Amino acid sequence: MSEPVSTVITALISPTQERASAGLMGAGQRLSETVGAEHVVVACGPEDSESASGLAHGADRVLLVRSPALVRDRQEVWLQCLTRMGSELNPAAIVLGNDALSQEITPRLAHRLGGASIGDAQTLTAEEGHISITRSVYGGKAMAKVKLQGTPAVVWVRAPSMDPARGRATPGQIEEWDFATEPEMKIQLLETQMDAGEGDRLEDARIIVSGGRGLGGPEPFEKLKELAKVLKGQTAASRAACDLGWAPHSWQVGQTGKKVAPQLYLASGISGASQHIMGIADSKAIAAINTDPNAPIFKHCQFGLVEDFHQVIGPLQEKLAELLA
Amino acid sequence: MNILVCLKQILDPEVPARDFSLARSHLQADPTCADLVTNIFCENALETALQLRDRHGGRISILSLGPASVEDTLRKGLAMQADAAFMILNDTGHLPDSAATAKALAAAIGKLDRLDLILTGHESGDWGAGQTGGLLAEELGLPFIAFVDEIEETGPDRLILRQQNDSGWQKFSAPMPVVASITNSDHNLPRIPKIRDIILANRKPITSWSLGDLELSPDLFLPEHLLVRVTELTIPQAKGDCAFIEGATKEEKIGKLAEKIAAIARSI
Ligand SMILES: Cc1cc2nc3c(=O)[nH]c(=O)nc-3n(C[C@H](O)[C@H](O)[C@H](O)COP(=O)(O)OP(=O)(O)OC[C@H]3O[C@@H](n4cnc5c(N)ncnc54)[C@H](O)[C@@H]3O)c2cc1C
Ligand SMILES: Nc1ncnc2c1ncn2[C@@H]1O[C@H](COP(=O)(O)O)[C@@H](O)[C@H]1O
Repeated sequence: MSEPVSTVITALISPTQERASAGLMGAGQRLSETVGAEHVVVACGPEDSESASGLAHGADRVLLVRSPALVRDRQEVWLQCLTRMGSELNPAAIVLGNDALSQEITPRLAHRLGGASIGDAQTLTAEEGHISITRSVYGGKAMAKVKLQGTPAVVWVRAPSMDPARGRATPGQIEEWDFATEPEMKIQLLETQMDAGEGDRLEDARIIVSGGRGLGGPEPFEKLKELAKVLKGQTAASRAACDLGWAPHSWQVGQTGKKVAPQLYLASGISGASQHIMGIADSKAIAAINTDPNAPIFKHCQFGLVEDFHQVIGPLQEKLAELLA
Repeated sequence: MNILVCLKQILDPEVPARDFSLARSHLQADPTCADLVTNIFCENALETALQLRDRHGGRISILSLGPASVEDTLRKGLAMQADAAFMILNDTGHLPDSAATAKALAAAIGKLDRLDLILTGHESGDWGAGQTGGLLAEELGLPFIAFVDEIEETGPDRLILRQQNDSGWQKFSAPMPVVASITNSDHNLPRIPKIRDIILANRKPITSWSLGDLELSPDLFLPEHLLVRVTELTIPQAKGDCAFIEGATKEEKIGKLAEKIAAIARSI
């Protein structure tokens, strides 16, 4: 009974970051147009009607999922819900964002639907009946084009750096989807803890000041926070700094951490390993403070200062407070 | 508790960009342009297992799929004090995708005694797919938690797993057996094996299976059979036109830096 494939599903299952949600919608919309498919957006709902109609401007259909179990086990509920939608709608692709939950369910969803899974797609295309993506590999030292030979292609994309959806003249239909099935709750959520700072908004930040192993300890990260406040920006860190416990892991930027795209990324005491650059390459401008003029980070910078961070941070903050007062 | 840790051998991800080159096929890196090492997240996973065993006792097995060289990765795992090592020899010359890898790992797991906890790394440092853990859980029909950085045993059949998420962490209680993929944290930095243990590890046995031994088709890894297939690989160029801030004094330089930053901040 398999019908010709004619749907692309965009799954907005963690609609926390504005920019990521917008980029994800755009990625799904453009892919659906290339494939010549209907664009179905799945989101948690029912939310306020305003945000639902916002989604409808980039979709043929919006499915708002209502499930009482969502608060207890988002992973299991979304997995089962999207598996059911996938088998009913027979999509060419299911596109997800780069939030932790989407990353976690991508391979499992693909496996349940007999499809192919991949993550961190930077571009998405359709050629010769297959979805293809490009992504950074070898820690950012190479770029691969990858063909997904299974259907559906279940792909999480680098959502915050993607262009938003084009507004449609006529909005799509909004439907509610009651998912009352109580999934088997094998795993129980015990406790949730938010990190200090505003790391959750890193991907939306316009200015990011970040620190690495070169800062030498946890105290300078307090100074970075103050500088971020002056610039109305956010703080971030390299993996080395997170592994040393100087900054929480939600601050980690890079291959394994967040992929950010601010107007300015200021890196202090960060050498610029390719895995770190992978997370910041979409920044409008990159600048660095580093004692080593040969540090690889400078190869990616618009401007840089060769100095000791500890001697720079105090006067820099004062000067900026003055300039931006 | 019986723990299995899946270890992948990869090209050293710390290879400087200037030494990195592609194989003639342009479908993978030149395997001789750097050393082969154990993927760091796999070592974070093994460290997590070792700490669990230090606290609660138990047995740790390690498993690796790859060419004959993965013996080095297994020997290092044994030197870090894993109890038993298993390898699936891939002498086909083809690189499997995560789905085919998960199938092979699951087949090998089927040969082992009942496991309580199966750990993978969050992602491999070469292709960075981050798919194998979840796929393996599905192959085995087990629950799965990703981005785990801490595990505690609570009683005979349950674990508490801490998951890093977008803005902090969450703790889950899971029944055993469970599959988890491990990410880096400040308390799972891999321990350095002692010289004596490295020497002893060389004498320990490693069980090796072929695909046939695991009743898997020799065609499992053929590119045309994969779900995910690399069709092109290129090396991007860094822009490299940094304007270094100059000045007679440190104060002057800091002033100029502040001006540049302020200009961007004002334009937002
Ligand atoms: C699979 C994999 C995934 C990874 N994922 C990530 C990731 O997501 N994010 C990430 O960041 N890394 C990641 N890494 C690690 C990465 O390879 C580097 O090891 C890491 O980024 C180095 O961090 P760093 O730049 O802070 O430290 P270092 O490389 O030690 O650099 C410190 C820098 O500080 C400078 N410095 C020293 N003192 C001062 C001073 N007083 N003032 C100013 N500068 C000073 C030094 O000159 C040096 O350039 C990953 C690695 C692997 C293998
Ligand atoms: N060939 C392999 N042998 C053993 N484990 C593997 C292999 N490939 C992947 N894994 C496991 O899966 C994790 C994630 O890999 P990947 O999905 O390739 O990013 C790794 O950290 C390993 O724990």
